[in-house]
Amino acid sequence: MIEVDRLTKFYGNHAAIRDVSFSAEPGQILGFLGPNGAGKTTTMRILTGYMPASSGTARVAGFDVFEQSLDVRRRVGYLPETPPLYAEMTPTSYLDFVARIKGVSRGDRPGAIERALHATATDDVAHQPLGTLSRGYKQRVAIAQAIVHDPEVIVLDEPTIGLDPKQVIGIRKLIKGLSSDRTVILSTHILPEVTQLCDKVVIISRGEIVAEDTTDSLTATEDLEQVFLRVTTSDVVADEEAVAESTHAEPDDATADAGEEE
Amino acid sequence: MNNVWAIATKELRSYFLSPIAYVVLSGFLLIMGFMFWNMLAQFSRFVAIYSSMQQPGMLEQLSLNDMVVMPLLGNMTVVFILMMPLLTMRLFAEERASGTDELLLTSPISTLEIAFGKFFGATLFLCVLLGLAFAYPAILMYFGNPEIAPILTGYLALLLLGMSAIALGLFASTVTDSQIVAGVLAGGMLLMLLLINWPADAVGESMGAVLRYLSITEHSTDMMRGLIKVEDVVYYLSLISVGIFLSQRSLESLRWR
Repeated sequence: MIEVDRLTKFYGNHAAIRDVSFSAEPGQILGFLGPNGAGKTTTMRILTGYMPASSGTARVAGFDVFEQSLDVRRRVGYLPETPPLYAEMTPTSYLDFVARIKGVSRGDRPGAIERALHATATDDVAHQPLGTLSRGYKQRVAIAQAIVHDPEVIVLDEPTIGLDPKQVIGIRKLIKGLSSDRTVILSTHILPEVTQLCDKVVIISRGEIVAEDTTDSLTATEDLEQVFLRVTTSDVVADEEAVAESTHAEPDDATADAGEEE
Repeated sequence: MNNVWAIATKELRSYFLSPIAYVVLSGFLLIMGFMFWNMLAQFSRFVAIYSSMQQPGMLEQLSLNDMVVMPLLGNMTVVFILMMPLLTMRLFAEERASGTDELLLTSPISTLEIAFGKFFGATLFLCVLLGLAFAYPAILMYFGNPEIAPILTGYLALLLLGMSAIALGLFASTVTDSQIVAGVLAGGMLLMLLLINWPADAVGESMGAVLRYLSITEHSTDMMRGLIKVEDVVYYLSLISVGIFLSQRSLESLRWR
């Protein structure tokens, strides 16, 4: 369903991701873990056809993300890091617009919108302008947007950010329910979310994949927190050393490094 | 086509859900009404003077078209150039600033469809604006008997001019995520096209002709008199095509940054 082969993306001279490869099957929830700035968002943006990679290939739902971008985009639901909402629209009119541009036929749209609103428990605010909704509602409408066209592959970038514990539980349940015949990629840095939800874990650090395995075998001998710290620790130490060094030498460099996110 | 229509209607609805539509509509109609009232008052003064001089020949020569409609529409072109950037600056800059460009660019629609959708959305708003502005000539038609054909061609000129301004403004809006920058850029481009024929007399015959051809108002004068020339229509259609083409290229380039 998703096959990523040696993806590399350069921003100028800086490689945001380098030789990233992994795969996910239908019915699987893949947890995409990594510290901030590790390359998670860049990878997701390539998989969803937002931008092309500098090299490497990726196939989503059997189509090449670059060569057959429109076919991929038709089959992918995507929740970006920033909820892509129009403040002046209501959830209903917004979902109607999204369903239209995602190619849902006129006859199917009312049902699709109702299902998406119901699944994300946003039916009670369906006719209020999005700009007036709380952060939790906004995030859930953004999730509704990603599932309204019933896509084969769902890519969620930090889906539970800004939600209260009850809503988090609801969304996790929803994601679990989505995966029966679909592939879900879930980017997060909330470790318990991964152990609870994901069948498979990919850990990315400094633009490179440092671990890829099923959740069960990855957590067989140690818990995920320990695994995560182990595979990304060298980076953390290296980062701290780099910051320490550059603070002594040139304070400006340290700020530039720290600001260099995805 | 369905995608273009989806984006265009969403755009039109957004205008009316934000204050911008009402500010632009009332501002435009107020300025136009003020000019209309002034020109009409002047026309009435002339009618009164010639009537008191008892010169029916002179009175017959006074034309509502020449004294009211033409100068009114002519002056409105400048108002248009100042106001159109207000309509176009948000078209894509807002999408980029709020992150909704990520939704559009990951949907199964082409960047050309996005550009056309945005363009037609703003054009629909322009049609609403021109429709309301037709109230002024309608008043003339009700109380007087102006020639209708030159009024219609005059409005066609404003429509084509407005569509050209929208296409260029849309391009300006795709190159930045700041609405202010997009607005200033669009205003600058349009002002340049308005003033470009100023040095025409000083730069020699052939260069002068080129500058005159490029001027955005030069091509509306005849149309406002009632004369539709193919070269004028081609000029505006070219501006529109260039604007939409550049917008599409600029949107596509977002993917490669």
